[in-house]
Amino acid sequence: MSKDTLMLKMRKSLWGWAGLVIFLVGVLALSVYPVNAQQPTPSDDDVNRVAKQMYCPVCENIPLDVCPTQACAQWRELIRLKLSEGLTDEEIRQYFAEQYGDRVLDVPPARGLNWLVYVLPPLFLLGGIWIVVRVLRSMRSPLAAMNVSTRGDETLPNPNEDPYLARIEEELRRREKEGK
Amino acid sequence: MIEEKNLNADKSNRTTLPRWVVGLVFTALIGFLVLIGLGLRRTQEGPIVIGQKVPAFELKTFEGEVYRTAEMQGKVILINFWASWCKPCEQEAFELEEAWQYYKPGGEVVFLGVDYVDTEPEAKAFIQQFGLTYPNGPDLRTRISQMFRIKGVPETYIIDREGKLAFVKTGPFLSVNEIRQAIDPLLP
Repeated sequence: MSKDTLMLKMRKSLWGWAGLVIFLVGVLALSVYPVNAQQPTPSDDDVNRVAKQMYCPVCENIPLDVCPTQACAQWRELIRLKLSEGLTDEEIRQYFAEQYGDRVLDVPPARGLNWLVYVLPPLFLLGGIWIVVRVLRSMRSPLAAMNVSTRGDETLPNPNEDPYLARIEEELRRREKEGK
Repeated sequence: MIEEKNLNADKSNRTTLPRWVVGLVFTALIGFLVLIGLGLRRTQEGPIVIGQKVPAFELKTFEGEVYRTAEMQGKVILINFWASWCKPCEQEAFELEEAWQYYKPGGEVVFLGVDYVDTEPEAKAFIQQFGLTYPNGPDLRTRISQMFRIKGVPETYIIDREGKLAFVKTGPFLSVNEIRQAIDPLLP
């Protein structure tokens, strides 16, 4: 075997090895290619957990989880689809609000005029408590005054200072003079 | 004299609120009443009546195209409210498409399908099933249906070339002729 033939054979075998290595690397790369994990199909309980927080926009005041119409059945299936896509309960609620309006939500979102729903009741409650406290205090004040006045002679008001007593004294004196 | 003293004594005993508190409470109360009044006024407003100018709105189709009625001045606009869960909507779907094919070449009439509280996969399936080719899109946040104050689906509104409401149909169209009878008088 000549030197040239030997070199040719070595080159061929080198290319063969290189091809094999590339093939194996390729197979390895394909075998470790990331695969998305399959989301388990959400159960009816999962769907109803989200549906319970929403209302049917067609038939009013019926929660979505118990609504019997075809439209509601479609929405429940949509919830199932969104859950299987990995959306959270809040994201699904948000999606429904964007599609059908805030009226489908059981609790209005705290934005715009909806803030009044959250702000006014506590304000009215505080105002009411304040009024009740004031009324109770004003009711207790005369009682306290009466208690003070009946404690002893030293605490009795001086007729010269109390205008009511002064008037009574004056009336009594007038009647005595008239001989009644 | 004595009574005057009493009055002064009463005044000194009475605890009064700071003026700014009273002003704030009254302002809040008046603001609240104004809000209630505006809300009531809005709810008392009836539907758009025939001859009334229809406010401009836009519809984003399922394909993402946006149609603005403000840009359709001089054209007759047919607005059809439908839903995939609505059986009567199926009755008129073919008729509407047939009518659209009739008016489309003229370019004087625009058909807009407004999908009312529906789910997108079913709505798209409905469009495919009945071969609807005119623009169709969801009524996002039910803004358009609230503006027209629709009572249900299907309902169809036709706006004349001056932008005024000219025709209202509650329930499905029964034939293409019925649709043409509503549109043709509005064309020049």
